[in-house]
Amino acid sequence: MSDTLERPALNVVGTRPVRPDGADKVTGRAAYAADHSMPGQLVGRILRSPHAHARILSIDTAKARALPGVKAVVTAADFPDLASEILEGGEQASNTRDLSLNVMARDKVLYDGHAVAAVAAISPEIADEALSRIKVTYQTLPHILDVTTAMAPDAPVLHDHLFTEGLAERPATPSNVARRHHSARGDLQAALAAADVTVEGRYVTQAVHQGYIEPHACVANWGADGQCDVWSSSQGHFMVRAYCAKILGIEASAVRATPAEIGGGFGGKTTVYLEPVALALSRVAGRPVKMVMTRDEVFRATGPTSGAVMSVRLGATRDGVITAADVELTFQAGAFPGSPVGAACMTALACYDIPNFQVVGWDVVTNTPKVAAYRAPGAPIVAFAVESALDDLAHKLEIDPISLRERNAVKDGTKASYGPTYQNIGYSETLAAIRDSEHYKAPLGKNQGRGVAVGFWFNIGGESTAAVHVNEDGTVVVVTGSPDIGGSRASMAMMAAETLGVPVSRVHPIVADTASIGYSMLTGGSRTTFATGMAVVQAAEQVIESLKTRAAKLWDVAADKVAWKEGVATCLDPTKPDAKPFTLAALAAQSGRTGGPISAQVALNAQGAGPGFGVHVCDVEVDPETGQVTVLRYTAAQDVGRAIHPAYVEGQIQGGVAQGIGWALNEAYVFDREGRMENPGFLDYRMPVASDLPMIDTIMVEVPNPRHPFGAKGVGEVPIVPPLAAVANAVRAATGVRIAELPLSPPAVLAALEAGGR
Amino acid sequence: MARVILGSECWPLTAGASEVNISAADVRALIAALDARFPGLGEFVDRRMAFAIDGVIHQDAWFSPISADSEVVLIPKIGGG
Repeated sequence: MSDTLERPALNVVGTRPVRPDGADKVTGRAAYAADHSMPGQLVGRILRSPHAHARILSIDTAKARALPGVKAVVTAADFPDLASEILEGGEQASNTRDLSLNVMARDKVLYDGHAVAAVAAISPEIADEALSRIKVTYQTLPHILDVTTAMAPDAPVLHDHLFTEGLAERPATPSNVARRHHSARGDLQAALAAADVTVEGRYVTQAVHQGYIEPHACVANWGADGQCDVWSSSQGHFMVRAYCAKILGIEASAVRATPAEIGGGFGGKTTVYLEPVALALSRVAGRPVKMVMTRDEVFRATGPTSGAVMSVRLGATRDGVITAADVELTFQAGAFPGSPVGAACMTALACYDIPNFQVVGWDVVTNTPKVAAYRAPGAPIVAFAVESALDDLAHKLEIDPISLRERNAVKDGTKASYGPTYQNIGYSETLAAIRDSEHYKAPLGKNQGRGVAVGFWFNIGGESTAAVHVNEDGTVVVVTGSPDIGGSRASMAMMAAETLGVPVSRVHPIVADTASIGYSMLTGGSRTTFATGMAVVQAAEQVIESLKTRAAKLWDVAADKVAWKEGVATCLDPTKPDAKPFTLAALAAQSGRTGGPISAQVALNAQGAGPGFGVHVCDVEVDPETGQVTVLRYTAAQDVGRAIHPAYVEGQIQGGVAQGIGWALNEAYVFDREGRMENPGFLDYRMPVASDLPMIDTIMVEVPNPRHPFGAKGVGEVPIVPPLAAVANAVRAATGVRIAELPLSPPAVLAALEAGGR
Repeated sequence: MARVILGSECWPLTAGASEVNISAADVRALIAALDARFPGLGEFVDRRMAFAIDGVIHQDAWFSPISADSEVVLIPKIGGG
């Protein structure tokens, strides 16, 4: 480990206290959105399209409305017909019209599972019966599920208004290609022509779902005074407020959004599906409405990440210096534009210092659910392609894969492929951590192979608000507006405790609703420990200033004659030798008489997040008879800046790896010929469970980010970037066969082995 | 003057210009100066782009300072999951 920050020894940061939400979660007392209930609440249900692509000719809801017990029926006619407009507030800017049309289809359905109507009734049975009485007349249209078909000249067009952006000239006709991204440096063609060796490949990945355990759920109430309340599971309740207000055409101040405990998000809960519908039903019914998705609905109607088709060509010198890279990425956006291909283009070569390159990306709509963010959106997909090609290059040059990456690694001062000049990055240290690990040197057995891959994510900062309140007994409450999806409450409490100099057990962190704390961007982009943590530390520092001012007055000395250390105010004035130190609890007990409550709130827009790098090594065994791939051992090293709570950093790394292994080995959407998903459940959509995986070993490399009070960098997204390629490279090492299409399921591996003559 | 490198997303509004030298004290002034030189670019970059000032990314931050010898790279805004 290396450390470029000079600071006193830390007492709380870097330790492993029990998380404040842990007991409730393991004892079943944590209140998720589906656990919330209100007097008189109704059950909401959604009618979904059975067609992948169809025009809605009519919707007849009369029989449903007439059913006793049905209190409300809504369709798109109950929502404003919004114009196309970019709205800030979610994971990234969204088009409000697309957002609204994804929540409730208006003229066309664009994928199997697209919402067309909703009902609220006094029981689930009546609500389901009401759905069956709604008659929708469709004119089915040809559908397209994959990007290659979608880009064909004669492909059916999903959106008549969609003209490709990013071309030199606006095209004359609409198409399914929403945008072209392009970046380049140097003279690619000359470099490829001059290269001693080249490798190239075409790579394919499937759309995969974030796979959170908790389905989307909410309770919504449209009050008689027009004031709305929403309790829901999301990664950002200010996002819920903003999107609901926009979709329903009401003011943000009319919506109070309260965050429920969240059972996983991974990016998939950075948008809304149910909340505006539940509010619209409640407005009609005059009663609260509760909606909970089934797993079938989660798969059919909420965002996976993109499937992709990619090509990579690398050129290098004989001694392993990469001189050229040509990358083309075609990403599936789903029903509306907005795949993460832009981020994929930016991360594609972010780990490498390559003088000549071109990266082209295409954002393509298909008749599948609109994609949503998924940890490091786009980066794992492109890393699968680039890291597979790197592995082939290492084999061709007979160079150790870590050495090849070290030879071409970006460092402080390197101009990143996406533009900025790197500072305070720990990539070389992370490569060295794997190179020097016992795992990397361990022997392998028959049918076993070892793969290496690396990954990058930017990490972000952004707007956060935090308040620190000192209670009359000296305990402390930390209030933020950032939903806790990865242990952030513990981190917030620890940073406050470290700053104030009190035990973390004396600090209670909560996540407050949109009416009780200032605006905070959603929890995503690995930003919360960095940005919200910065707000917490600054609020705690303001509390300390207040405490010092009060102590100074009590001692009748100047404020600069007071020191605050380890939770105690000490008088520095030599003329006051009898001034006894004040503990935080002693000052809190006198707060009323010394100026009132001790409290501070800080709102900021944090800048300067530090990027993260991960290096993974994976051992697999491939059964030549069945094609079954078993992950035997896995070690992930990552530059984490400074681990505030090391156990939760390790947990983030292990979780990202587990999801990445599932992506690599098994996960895929299966559609029938009509474009209907055939495996919308965990029995048929195969995600890894604990018994499928070995212990994921982690190595935390700490190269602090000097722009954070404790050096933190985001940690939650980097670990899902390398596993797809690490597993694929291990399979290649075990079998000698490069399989360039995921998932590496037993039939696919067996077919590849047979095709390769193995 | 700061050296400002414009991402390819900006090129349709800059007639292909990828780098300019501009004197601006902060991001807001830089946006105004870009708009003055390339009409329409200011709104575009304000809405769509982040500013990497000497290697540190600033997003939606009008008052982040820029030095006369700064390198400012405009890149698409970044989100995450």
